[in-house]
Amino acid sequence: MTNLEKYNKIFVDTFSVEEKVLGDGFCKCAVNGWDSVHQLSLVSSCEDEFSIMLEPEDILGFVSYAAGKDILKKYGVEL
Amino acid sequence: MYLNVDQRSRDNVAVETDDGRVLSYGDICDYVAKFPKILSERCLMFLLCKNKIESLLGYLAAIENNVVPVMLNSKIENDLLFNLFSIYHPQYIWLPSDKVSLFGGDTIYTYYDYSLIKTKYDSYKLNDKLALCLTTSGSTGSPKLVRLSKYNLESNASSIAEYLNIDENERPITSLPMNYSYGLSVINSHLLKGAKILLTDKDVLQSEFWTFCKDKRATSISGVPYTYEMLKRLRIFKMSLPDLKVMTQAGGKLNPNIAKEYMEYAKQSGKRFYVMYGQTEATARISYLPWEVALDKCASIGVAIPNGKLTLIDANDNEITVPDVEGEMLYEGPNVSLGYAECIEDLQKGDENGGILHTGDIAKQDADGYYYITGRMKRFLKIYGQRISLDGLDQMIKDEFDTDCYCSGNDQKLRILVTNETILDKVAMFLESKIHVFHKDIDVIYVEEIKRNESGKVIMQ
Repeated sequence: MTNLEKYNKIFVDTFSVEEKVLGDGFCKCAVNGWDSVHQLSLVSSCEDEFSIMLEPEDILGFVSYAAGKDILKKYGVEL
Repeated sequence: MYLNVDQRSRDNVAVETDDGRVLSYGDICDYVAKFPKILSERCLMFLLCKNKIESLLGYLAAIENNVVPVMLNSKIENDLLFNLFSIYHPQYIWLPSDKVSLFGGDTIYTYYDYSLIKTKYDSYKLNDKLALCLTTSGSTGSPKLVRLSKYNLESNASSIAEYLNIDENERPITSLPMNYSYGLSVINSHLLKGAKILLTDKDVLQSEFWTFCKDKRATSISGVPYTYEMLKRLRIFKMSLPDLKVMTQAGGKLNPNIAKEYMEYAKQSGKRFYVMYGQTEATARISYLPWEVALDKCASIGVAIPNGKLTLIDANDNEITVPDVEGEMLYEGPNVSLGYAECIEDLQKGDENGGILHTGDIAKQDADGYYYITGRMKRFLKIYGQRISLDGLDQMIKDEFDTDCYCSGNDQKLRILVTNETILDKVAMFLESKIHVFHKDIDVIYVEEIKRNESGKVIMQ
Protein backbone atom coordinates (compact mmCIF):
# COMPACT_ATOMS: atom_id res chain seq x y z
CA MET A 1 0.00 0.00 0.00
CA THR A 2 1.30 3.47 -0.80
CA ASN A 3 1.41 6.16 1.87
CA LEU A 4 -1.55 7.91 0.25
CA GLU A 5 -3.56 4.70 0.30
CA LYS A 6 -2.71 4.25 3.97
CA TYR A 7 -3.66 7.85 4.72
CA ASN A 8 -6.96 7.49 2.90
CA LYS A 9 -7.75 4.24 4.68
CA ILE A 10 -7.32 5.97 8.05
CA PHE A 11 -9.98 8.51 7.05
CA VAL A 12 -12.27 5.86 5.62
CA ASP A 13 -12.05 3.83 8.86
CA THR A 14 -12.39 6.79 11.19
CA PHE A 15 -15.39 8.40 9.55
CA SER A 16 -16.92 5.31 7.89
CA VAL A 17 -17.05 7.09 4.55
CA GLU A 18 -16.20 6.07 1.01
CA GLU A 19 -12.78 7.00 -0.28
CA LYS A 20 -14.22 9.10 -3.12
CA VAL A 21 -15.58 11.77 -0.72
CA LEU A 22 -12.06 12.56 0.53
CA GLY A 23 -10.57 15.78 -0.81
CA ASP A 24 -10.00 19.43 -0.06
CA GLY A 25 -13.58 19.91 1.13
CA PHE A 26 -13.26 17.17 3.75
CA CYS A 27 -12.73 19.20 6.92
CA LYS A 28 -13.88 19.69 10.47
CA CYS A 29 -16.27 22.49 9.54
CA ALA A 30 -18.00 20.45 6.82
CA VAL A 31 -18.00 16.92 8.17
CA ASN A 32 -20.76 16.09 10.59
CA GLY A 33 -19.30 14.16 13.48
CA TRP A 34 -15.74 15.49 13.21
CA ASP A 35 -15.36 16.05 16.92
CA SER A 36 -12.42 15.84 19.29
CA VAL A 37 -12.74 12.05 19.59
CA HIS A 38 -12.50 11.59 15.83
CA GLN A 39 -9.67 14.08 15.52
CA LEU A 40 -7.60 12.41 18.19
CA SER A 41 -8.25 9.01 16.64
CA LEU A 42 -7.09 10.30 13.23
CA VAL A 43 -3.91 11.63 14.80
CA SER A 44 -3.23 8.41 16.72
CA SER A 45 -3.81 6.27 13.65
CA CYS A 46 -1.41 8.41 11.59
CA GLU A 47 1.19 8.25 14.34
CA ASP A 48 0.95 4.47 14.52
CA GLU A 49 0.83 3.95 10.76
CA PHE A 50 3.78 6.21 9.92
CA SER A 51 5.76 5.78 13.17
CA ILE A 52 5.83 9.47 13.99
CA MET A 53 4.88 11.57 17.02
CA LEU A 54 2.93 14.76 16.41
CA GLU A 55 3.59 17.99 18.27
CA PRO A 56 0.60 19.49 20.15
CA GLU A 57 0.14 22.32 17.64
CA ASP A 58 -0.11 19.75 14.85
CA ILE A 59 -2.70 17.74 16.78
CA LEU A 60 -4.73 20.95 17.10
CA GLY A 61 -4.07 21.79 13.45
CA PHE A 62 -5.24 18.42 12.10
CA VAL A 63 -8.61 19.85 11.05
CA SER A 64 -8.92 18.73 7.45
CA TYR A 65 -7.86 16.08 4.97
CA ALA A 66 -5.62 18.64 3.26
CA ALA A 67 -4.14 20.04 6.49
CA GLY A 68 -3.29 16.52 7.62
CA LYS A 69 -1.28 15.95 4.44
CA ASP A 70 0.75 19.10 5.03
CA ILE A 71 1.37 18.13 8.63
CA LEU A 72 2.58 14.64 7.71
CA LYS A 73 4.97 16.20 5.18
CA LYS A 74 6.61 18.10 8.05
CA TYR A 75 7.44 14.75 9.64
CA GLY A 76 8.95 13.41 6.43
CA VAL A 77 5.95 11.37 5.32
CA GLU A 78 5.52 11.88 1.57
CA LEU A 79 2.03 11.19 0.27
CA MET B 1 -31.12 37.23 44.14
CA TYR B 2 -30.19 33.79 42.80
CA LEU B 3 -26.52 33.02 43.58
CA ASN B 4 -26.21 36.46 45.24
CA VAL B 5 -25.44 37.98 41.87
CA ASP B 6 -26.75 41.35 43.10
CA GLN B 7 -24.32 41.35 46.06
CA ARG B 8 -21.33 42.03 43.80
CA SER B 9 -19.93 45.33 42.71
CA ARG B 10 -21.90 46.22 39.57
CA ASP B 11 -18.80 46.88 37.50
CA ASN B 12 -17.11 43.56 38.25
CA VAL B 13 -16.84 41.40 35.17
CA ALA B 14 -18.94 38.23 35.45
CA VAL B 15 -18.37 36.76 32.01
CA GLU B 16 -15.93 37.22 29.18
CA THR B 17 -16.39 35.27 25.96
CA ASP B 18 -13.93 34.04 23.33
CA ASP B 19 -15.55 36.37 20.78
CA GLY B 20 -14.83 39.41 22.91
CA ARG B 21 -18.12 40.04 24.67
CA VAL B 22 -18.05 41.15 28.29
CA LEU B 23 -20.84 41.03 30.84
CA SER B 24 -20.66 42.65 34.29
CA TYR B 25 -22.55 41.57 37.39
CA GLY B 26 -24.61 44.75 36.96
CA ASP B 27 -25.46 43.76 33.39
CA ILE B 28 -26.78 40.43 34.63
CA CYS B 29 -28.96 42.14 37.26
CA ASP B 30 -30.36 44.55 34.66
CA TYR B 31 -31.16 41.78 32.21
CA VAL B 32 -32.81 39.62 34.84
CA ALA B 33 -34.87 42.60 36.06
CA LYS B 34 -36.29 43.40 32.62
CA PHE B 35 -37.02 39.77 31.75
CA PRO B 36 -40.59 39.81 33.21
CA LYS B 37 -41.54 42.21 30.42
CA ILE B 38 -40.82 39.38 28.03
CA LEU B 39 -42.03 36.46 30.08
CA SER B 40 -43.80 36.79 33.40
CA GLU B 41 -45.81 33.61 33.92
CA ARG B 42 -44.74 30.54 35.89
CA CYS B 43 -44.06 28.07 33.07
CA LEU B 44 -41.73 25.44 31.60
CA MET B 45 -39.12 26.59 29.10
CA PHE B 46 -36.76 24.41 27.08
CA LEU B 47 -33.34 26.02 26.94
CA LEU B 48 -31.11 24.81 24.11
CA CYS B 49 -27.72 25.59 25.59
CA LYS B 50 -24.42 26.68 24.12
CA ASN B 51 -21.64 28.15 26.21
CA LYS B 52 -22.71 31.63 25.10
CA ILE B 53 -23.97 34.70 26.92
CA GLU B 54 -27.48 34.25 25.50
CA SER B 55 -27.79 30.81 27.14
CA LEU B 56 -26.35 31.97 30.43
CA LEU B 57 -28.66 34.98 30.66
CA GLY B 58 -31.67 32.89 29.65
CA TYR B 59 -30.85 30.46 32.43
CA LEU B 60 -30.31 33.11 35.14
CA ALA B 61 -33.33 35.18 34.11
CA ALA B 62 -35.55 32.10 34.08
CA ILE B 63 -34.54 30.93 37.56
CA GLU B 64 -34.91 34.40 39.07
CA ASN B 65 -38.32 34.88 37.48
CA ASN B 66 -39.80 31.49 38.42
CA VAL B 67 -39.62 30.11 34.91
CA VAL B 68 -38.43 26.49 35.00
CA PRO B 69 -35.74 25.85 32.38
CA VAL B 70 -35.11 22.35 31.05
CA MET B 71 -31.44 22.51 30.13
CA LEU B 72 -30.65 20.70 26.86
CA ASN B 73 -27.62 20.73 24.60
CA SER B 74 -28.16 22.80 21.47
CA LYS B 75 -26.67 19.88 19.53
CA ILE B 76 -29.33 17.51 20.86
CA GLU B 77 -30.62 14.94 18.39
CA ASN B 78 -33.87 16.10 16.81
CA ASP B 79 -35.67 12.84 17.63
CA LEU B 80 -34.92 13.18 21.32
CA LEU B 81 -35.79 16.87 21.31
CA PHE B 82 -39.18 16.25 19.72
CA ASN B 83 -39.79 13.38 22.11
CA LEU B 84 -39.11 15.63 25.09
CA PHE B 85 -41.28 18.32 23.49
CA SER B 86 -44.24 15.98 23.12
CA ILE B 87 -43.86 14.63 26.67
CA TYR B 88 -43.40 17.86 28.62
CA HIS B 89 -45.30 20.41 26.51
CA PRO B 90 -43.00 23.37 27.25
CA GLN B 91 -44.79 26.68 26.80
CA TYR B 92 -41.61 28.43 25.66
CA ILE B 93 -38.30 27.54 24.03
CA TRP B 94 -35.17 29.68 24.29
CA LEU B 95 -32.95 28.55 21.43
CA PRO B 96 -30.40 29.59 18.81
CA SER B 97 -32.30 31.54 16.17
CA ASP B 98 -31.18 29.19 13.38
CA LYS B 99 -33.19 26.42 15.09
CA VAL B 100 -36.47 28.31 15.30
CA SER B 101 -37.76 26.63 12.15
CA LEU B 102 -37.71 23.25 13.93
CA PHE B 103 -40.77 24.36 15.86
CA GLY B 104 -43.95 25.96 14.68
CA GLY B 105 -44.30 28.62 17.38
CA ASP B 106 -44.20 32.42 17.21
CA THR B 107 -40.95 34.20 17.95
CA ILE B 108 -41.82 36.70 20.67
CA TYR B 109 -38.34 38.01 21.40
CA THR B 110 -34.80 37.84 20.07
CA TYR B 111 -31.51 38.63 21.78
CA TYR B 112 -28.31 38.47 19.73
CA ASP B 113 -28.24 34.93 18.26
CA TYR B 114 -31.08 33.54 20.38
CA SER B 115 -34.85 33.62 20.10
CA LEU B 116 -37.70 32.93 22.48
CA ILE B 117 -40.62 31.12 20.93
CA LYS B 118 -44.08 30.54 22.34
CA THR B 119 -45.27 27.03 21.60
CA LYS B 120 -48.85 25.88 21.11
CA TYR B 121 -49.03 24.53 24.66
CA ASP B 122 -50.75 26.19 27.62
CA SER B 123 -49.07 26.40 30.99
CA TYR B 124 -49.92 23.89 33.69
CA LYS B 125 -49.25 23.53 37.39
CA LEU B 126 -45.60 23.11 38.40
CA ASN B 127 -44.53 22.30 41.94
CA ASP B 128 -43.54 25.44 43.86
CA LYS B 129 -40.10 24.04 44.72
CA LEU B 130 -39.19 23.15 41.15
CA ALA B 131 -36.54 25.49 39.71
CA LEU B 132 -34.71 23.61 36.96
CA CYS B 133 -34.56 20.27 35.14
CA LEU B 134 -31.56 18.41 33.78
CA THR B 135 -31.46 15.26 31.68
CA THR B 136 -30.09 12.07 33.19
CA SER B 137 -28.37 10.29 30.37
CA GLY B 138 -28.92 12.68 27.52
CA SER B 139 -28.14 10.33 24.75
CA THR B 140 -29.83 6.96 24.98
CA GLY B 141 -33.05 8.62 24.12
CA SER B 142 -34.25 8.54 27.71
CA PRO B 143 -36.48 11.57 28.28
CA LYS B 144 -36.13 11.22 32.06
CA LEU B 145 -35.37 14.46 33.87
CA VAL B 146 -33.91 15.26 37.28
CA ARG B 147 -35.95 17.85 39.19
CA LEU B 148 -33.93 20.43 41.11
CA SER B 149 -34.85 23.25 43.47
CA LYS B 150 -33.15 26.61 43.87
CA TYR B 151 -32.03 25.38 47.29
CA ASN B 152 -30.37 22.34 45.64
CA LEU B 153 -28.51 24.53 43.15
CA GLU B 154 -27.38 27.19 45.62
CA SER B 155 -26.34 24.79 48.37
CA ASN B 156 -24.27 22.69 45.98
CA ALA B 157 -22.65 25.81 44.53
CA SER B 158 -21.82 26.96 48.04
CA SER B 159 -20.29 23.60 49.10
CA ILE B 160 -18.17 23.48 45.94
CA ALA B 161 -16.99 27.07 46.40
CA GLU B 162 -15.97 26.19 49.94
CA TYR B 163 -13.85 23.11 49.24
CA LEU B 164 -12.28 24.57 46.11
CA ASN B 165 -11.60 27.87 47.92
CA ILE B 166 -13.21 29.88 45.16
CA ASP B 167 -13.04 33.65 45.48
CA GLU B 168 -13.63 36.61 43.16
CA ASN B 169 -10.11 36.38 41.74
CA GLU B 170 -10.83 33.09 39.99
CA ARG B 171 -11.13 32.88 36.19
CA PRO B 172 -12.46 29.42 35.27
CA ILE B 173 -12.56 28.48 31.58
CA THR B 174 -15.67 26.53 30.57
CA SER B 175 -14.47 23.26 29.12
CA LEU B 176 -17.82 21.50 29.67
CA PRO B 177 -21.31 22.32 28.35
CA MET B 178 -23.61 24.22 30.70
CA ASN B 179 -26.51 21.80 30.23
CA TYR B 180 -24.33 19.13 31.87
CA SER B 181 -24.65 19.13 35.68
CA TYR B 182 -20.87 19.33 36.14
CA GLY B 183 -20.52 22.18 33.65
CA LEU B 184 -23.39 24.08 35.27
CA SER B 185 -21.86 23.60 38.73
CA VAL B 186 -18.65 25.28 37.58
CA ILE B 187 -20.64 28.32 36.47
CA ASN B 188 -22.84 28.42 39.59
CA SER B 189 -20.06 28.04 42.14
CA HIS B 190 -18.04 30.84 40.52
CA LEU B 191 -20.92 33.28 40.04
CA LEU B 192 -21.76 32.76 43.71
CA LYS B 193 -18.33 34.07 44.66
CA GLY B 194 -18.22 36.92 42.15
CA ALA B 195 -15.53 35.37 39.95
CA LYS B 196 -15.01 36.00 36.22
CA ILE B 197 -16.13 33.17 33.96
CA LEU B 198 -14.26 32.67 30.70
CA LEU B 199 -17.11 31.41 28.56
CA THR B 200 -16.36 29.42 25.42
CA ASP B 201 -17.88 26.49 23.61
CA LYS B 202 -14.59 25.54 21.98
CA ASP B 203 -13.07 22.27 23.15
CA VAL B 204 -9.50 21.52 24.19
CA LEU B 205 -8.64 20.21 20.71
CA GLN B 206 -9.26 23.63 19.17
CA SER B 207 -6.42 26.10 19.11
CA GLU B 208 -8.90 28.92 19.82
CA PHE B 209 -9.50 27.36 23.23
CA TRP B 210 -5.83 27.68 24.16
CA THR B 211 -5.48 31.19 22.77
CA PHE B 212 -8.43 32.25 24.92
CA CYS B 213 -7.14 30.31 27.94
CA LYS B 214 -3.70 31.91 27.78
CA ASP B 215 -4.74 35.45 26.77
CA LYS B 216 -7.30 35.69 29.55
CA ARG B 217 -5.09 33.83 32.01
CA ALA B 218 -7.55 31.13 33.07
CA THR B 219 -7.01 29.96 36.64
CA SER B 220 -8.92 26.68 36.49
CA ILE B 221 -10.05 24.01 34.09
CA SER B 222 -12.51 21.17 34.55
CA GLY B 223 -12.89 17.94 32.66
CA VAL B 224 -14.15 14.40 32.39
CA PRO B 225 -11.63 11.53 32.12
CA TYR B 226 -11.48 11.88 28.35
CA THR B 227 -10.60 15.58 28.64
CA TYR B 228 -7.59 14.68 30.76
CA GLU B 229 -6.52 11.97 28.33
CA MET B 230 -6.63 14.55 25.54
CA LEU B 231 -4.73 17.10 27.62
CA LYS B 232 -2.02 14.54 28.22
CA ARG B 233 -1.74 13.93 24.47
CA LEU B 234 -1.44 17.69 24.04
CA ARG B 235 1.43 17.56 26.51
CA ILE B 236 -0.16 19.90 28.99
CA PHE B 237 2.61 18.91 31.39
CA LYS B 238 5.01 20.87 29.20
CA MET B 239 2.74 23.80 28.38
CA SER B 240 3.44 27.12 29.99
CA LEU B 241 0.31 27.80 32.05
CA PRO B 242 1.53 29.85 35.01
CA ASP B 243 -1.94 31.20 35.86
CA LEU B 244 -3.68 27.84 35.80
CA LYS B 245 -3.81 26.77 39.44
CA VAL B 246 -6.72 24.36 39.71
CA MET B 247 -7.73 21.30 37.71
CA THR B 248 -10.88 19.39 38.60
CA GLN B 249 -11.90 15.99 37.26
CA ALA B 250 -15.26 14.24 37.54
CA GLY B 251 -17.71 12.40 35.30
CA GLY B 252 -16.23 8.94 35.74
CA LYS B 253 -13.06 7.26 36.85
CA LEU B 254 -9.82 8.50 35.33
CA ASN B 255 -7.28 5.79 34.60
CA PRO B 256 -5.28 5.57 37.88
CA ASN B 257 -1.91 5.87 36.12
CA ILE B 258 -2.99 9.02 34.34
CA ALA B 259 -4.52 10.40 37.54
CA LYS B 260 -1.19 9.88 39.27
CA GLU B 261 0.67 11.71 36.51
CA TYR B 262 -1.61 14.71 36.97
CA MET B 263 -1.21 14.62 40.73
CA GLU B 264 2.57 14.55 40.41
CA TYR B 265 2.50 17.28 37.77
CA ALA B 266 0.30 19.41 40.04
CA LYS B 267 2.63 18.90 42.99
CA GLN B 268 5.71 19.90 41.00
CA SER B 269 4.13 22.92 39.37
CA GLY B 270 2.29 24.33 42.37
CA LYS B 271 -1.21 23.45 41.12
CA ARG B 272 -4.11 21.69 42.80
CA PHE B 273 -5.62 18.62 41.12
CA TYR B 274 -9.01 17.52 42.46
CA VAL B 275 -10.67 14.19 41.76
CA MET B 276 -14.39 14.53 42.40
CA TYR B 277 -17.47 12.35 42.28
CA GLY B 278 -21.09 13.25 41.80
CA GLN B 279 -24.40 12.66 40.11
CA THR B 280 -26.98 14.87 38.47
CA GLU B 281 -29.38 13.41 41.05
CA ALA B 282 -27.37 15.35 43.65
CA THR B 283 -27.31 18.53 41.49
CA ALA B 284 -23.66 17.82 40.65
CA ARG B 285 -21.08 17.16 43.36
CA ILE B 286 -21.15 14.56 46.14
CA SER B 287 -17.51 14.08 47.11
CA TYR B 288 -14.03 15.41 46.44
CA LEU B 289 -10.50 14.27 47.15
CA PRO B 290 -8.58 17.02 48.97
CA TRP B 291 -5.59 17.87 46.77
CA GLU B 292 -3.14 17.66 49.68
CA VAL B 293 -3.71 13.90 50.03
CA ALA B 294 -4.25 13.14 46.34
CA LEU B 295 -1.06 11.13 45.86
CA ASP B 296 -1.62 9.04 48.99
CA LYS B 297 -5.24 8.28 48.09
CA CYS B 298 -5.10 8.44 44.33
CA ALA B 299 -7.79 5.83 43.62
CA SER B 300 -10.24 7.39 46.06
CA ILE B 301 -13.24 9.63 45.38
CA GLY B 302 -12.39 11.33 48.66
CA VAL B 303 -14.83 12.49 51.29
CA ALA B 304 -18.29 14.04 51.26
CA ILE B 305 -18.52 17.71 50.26
CA PRO B 306 -19.16 20.28 53.02
CA ASN B 307 -22.71 19.88 54.39
CA GLY B 308 -23.02 16.42 52.86
CA LYS B 309 -22.65 12.98 54.38
CA LEU B 310 -21.72 9.60 52.90
CA THR B 311 -22.59 6.25 54.43
CA LEU B 312 -22.42 2.63 53.32
CA ILE B 313 -25.18 0.11 53.86
CA ASP B 314 -25.24 -3.66 53.55
CA ALA B 315 -27.88 -5.78 51.83
CA ASN B 316 -30.13 -5.54 54.91
CA ASP B 317 -29.96 -1.73 54.95
CA ASN B 318 -27.71 -1.73 58.02
CA GLU B 319 -24.95 0.82 58.15
CA ILE B 320 -21.43 -0.52 57.65
CA THR B 321 -19.11 1.02 60.22
CA VAL B 322 -15.93 -0.99 59.77
CA PRO B 323 -13.33 -0.14 57.13
CA ASP B 324 -12.76 -2.06 53.88
CA VAL B 325 -16.22 -3.61 53.71
CA GLU B 326 -18.20 -3.00 50.53
CA GLY B 327 -21.77 -1.77 50.48
CA GLU B 328 -24.09 0.56 48.63
CA MET B 329 -23.12 4.19 49.07
CA LEU B 330 -25.80 6.56 50.32
CA TYR B 331 -25.50 10.31 50.17
CA GLU B 332 -27.34 12.76 52.34
CA GLY B 333 -27.26 16.50 51.78
CA PRO B 334 -29.12 19.67 50.81
CA ASN B 335 -28.18 19.16 47.16
CA VAL B 336 -30.09 15.87 46.75
CA SER B 337 -32.63 16.50 43.99
CA LEU B 338 -36.39 16.48 44.48
CA GLY B 339 -36.72 13.39 42.29
CA TYR B 340 -37.17 12.37 38.67
CA ALA B 341 -39.74 13.36 36.10
CA GLU B 342 -40.97 11.17 33.28
CA CYS B 343 -44.20 13.00 32.50
CA ILE B 344 -45.97 16.30 33.11
CA GLU B 345 -47.66 15.03 36.27
CA ASP B 346 -44.23 14.37 37.82
CA LEU B 347 -43.44 18.09 37.56
CA GLN B 348 -46.15 18.72 40.12
CA LYS B 349 -44.53 16.44 42.68
CA GLY B 350 -42.63 17.79 45.67
CA ASP B 351 -39.50 16.43 47.30
CA GLU B 352 -39.57 12.65 46.93
CA ASN B 353 -35.99 11.97 48.00
CA GLY B 354 -36.09 13.76 51.34
CA GLY B 355 -32.42 14.65 51.09
CA ILE B 356 -31.20 11.05 50.77
CA LEU B 357 -29.83 9.55 47.57
CA HIS B 358 -29.15 5.89 46.89
CA THR B 359 -26.18 6.35 44.58
CA GLY B 360 -26.35 2.86 43.07
CA ASP B 361 -22.58 2.68 43.42
CA ILE B 362 -20.84 0.05 45.52
CA ALA B 363 -18.05 1.47 47.63
CA LYS B 364 -15.82 0.88 50.62
CA GLN B 365 -14.18 3.20 53.09
CA ASP B 366 -10.57 3.01 54.27
CA ALA B 367 -9.46 3.43 57.88
CA ASP B 368 -8.87 7.16 57.31
CA GLY B 369 -12.43 7.71 56.09
CA TYR B 370 -11.79 7.96 52.35
CA TYR B 371 -14.24 6.33 49.96
CA TYR B 372 -13.42 4.06 47.01
CA ILE B 373 -15.93 3.03 44.36
CA THR B 374 -15.66 -0.67 43.60
CA GLY B 375 -18.71 -1.43 41.46
CA ARG B 376 -22.17 -0.48 40.27
CA MET B 377 -25.61 -1.81 41.08
CA LYS B 378 -27.25 -0.44 37.97
CA ARG B 379 -26.42 -1.39 34.42
CA PHE B 380 -24.79 1.68 32.97
CA LEU B 381 -21.45 2.84 31.57
CA LYS B 382 -19.86 6.25 31.66
CA ILE B 383 -18.28 6.96 28.29
CA TYR B 384 -16.77 10.42 27.73
CA GLY B 385 -18.32 11.42 31.06
CA GLN B 386 -21.77 10.67 29.79
CA ARG B 387 -23.95 8.10 31.46
CA ILE B 388 -25.25 5.45 29.11
CA SER B 389 -27.94 3.08 30.30
CA LEU B 390 -27.29 -0.43 28.97
CA ASP B 391 -30.95 -1.42 29.27
CA GLY B 392 -31.82 1.69 27.27
CA LEU B 393 -29.28 0.71 24.61
CA ASP B 394 -30.65 -2.85 24.38
CA GLN B 395 -34.07 -1.39 23.70
CA MET B 396 -32.81 1.18 21.19
CA ILE B 397 -31.05 -1.51 19.14
CA LYS B 398 -34.00 -3.89 19.27
CA ASP B 399 -36.31 -1.10 18.11
CA GLU B 400 -34.08 -0.29 15.15
CA PHE B 401 -32.96 -3.75 14.01
CA ASP B 402 -34.42 -7.20 13.74
CA THR B 403 -32.29 -8.80 16.44
CA ASP B 404 -32.01 -9.81 20.04
CA CYS B 405 -29.37 -7.80 21.82
CA TYR B 406 -27.39 -7.50 25.03
CA CYS B 407 -25.03 -4.62 25.84
CA SER B 408 -22.19 -4.74 28.35
CA GLY B 409 -18.59 -3.56 28.50
CA ASN B 410 -16.63 -1.00 30.49
CA ASP B 411 -16.18 2.78 30.48
CA GLN B 412 -13.64 2.49 27.66
CA LYS B 413 -15.40 0.03 25.39
CA LEU B 414 -18.99 -0.89 24.72
CA ARG B 415 -19.62 -4.58 23.92
CA ILE B 416 -22.80 -5.55 22.10
CA LEU B 417 -24.05 -9.05 21.43
CA VAL B 418 -26.51 -9.39 18.56
CA THR B 419 -28.20 -12.40 16.99
CA ASN B 420 -28.36 -11.02 13.45
CA GLU B 421 -25.18 -11.52 11.45
CA THR B 422 -26.00 -8.96 8.77
CA ILE B 423 -26.13 -5.87 10.99
CA LEU B 424 -22.71 -5.85 12.68
CA ASP B 425 -21.38 -2.71 10.95
CA LYS B 426 -24.72 -0.99 10.95
CA VAL B 427 -25.19 -1.24 14.72
CA ALA B 428 -21.92 0.58 15.44
CA MET B 429 -22.70 3.35 12.97
CA PHE B 430 -26.26 3.66 14.25
CA LEU B 431 -25.01 4.12 17.81
CA GLU B 432 -22.35 6.59 16.77
CA SER B 433 -25.00 8.78 15.19
CA LYS B 434 -27.50 8.37 18.02
CA ILE B 435 -25.44 8.40 21.21
CA HIS B 436 -22.16 9.85 19.92
CA VAL B 437 -19.95 7.00 21.03
CA PHE B 438 -17.11 6.64 18.55
CA HIS B 439 -17.65 3.47 16.48
CA LYS B 440 -14.13 2.26 17.18
CA ASP B 441 -15.06 2.14 20.87
CA ILE B 442 -17.90 -0.27 20.11
CA ASP B 443 -17.46 -4.03 19.64
CA VAL B 444 -20.43 -5.68 17.98
CA ILE B 445 -20.30 -9.44 18.28
CA TYR B 446 -22.52 -12.02 16.64
CA VAL B 447 -23.88 -14.88 18.76
CA GLU B 448 -26.47 -17.48 17.79
CA GLU B 449 -28.56 -16.92 20.86
CA ILE B 450 -28.59 -14.73 23.95
CA LYS B 451 -29.40 -17.10 26.77
CA ARG B 452 -31.72 -15.93 29.52
CA ASN B 453 -32.84 -17.52 32.77
CA GLU B 454 -36.49 -17.93 33.76
CA SER B 455 -36.81 -14.39 35.06
CA GLY B 456 -35.46 -13.03 31.77
CA LYS B 457 -32.04 -12.13 33.10
CA VAL B 458 -29.19 -12.67 30.65
CA ILE B 459 -26.84 -15.51 31.56
CA MET B 460 -23.33 -14.15 31.01
CA GLN B 461 -21.49 -16.03 28.30
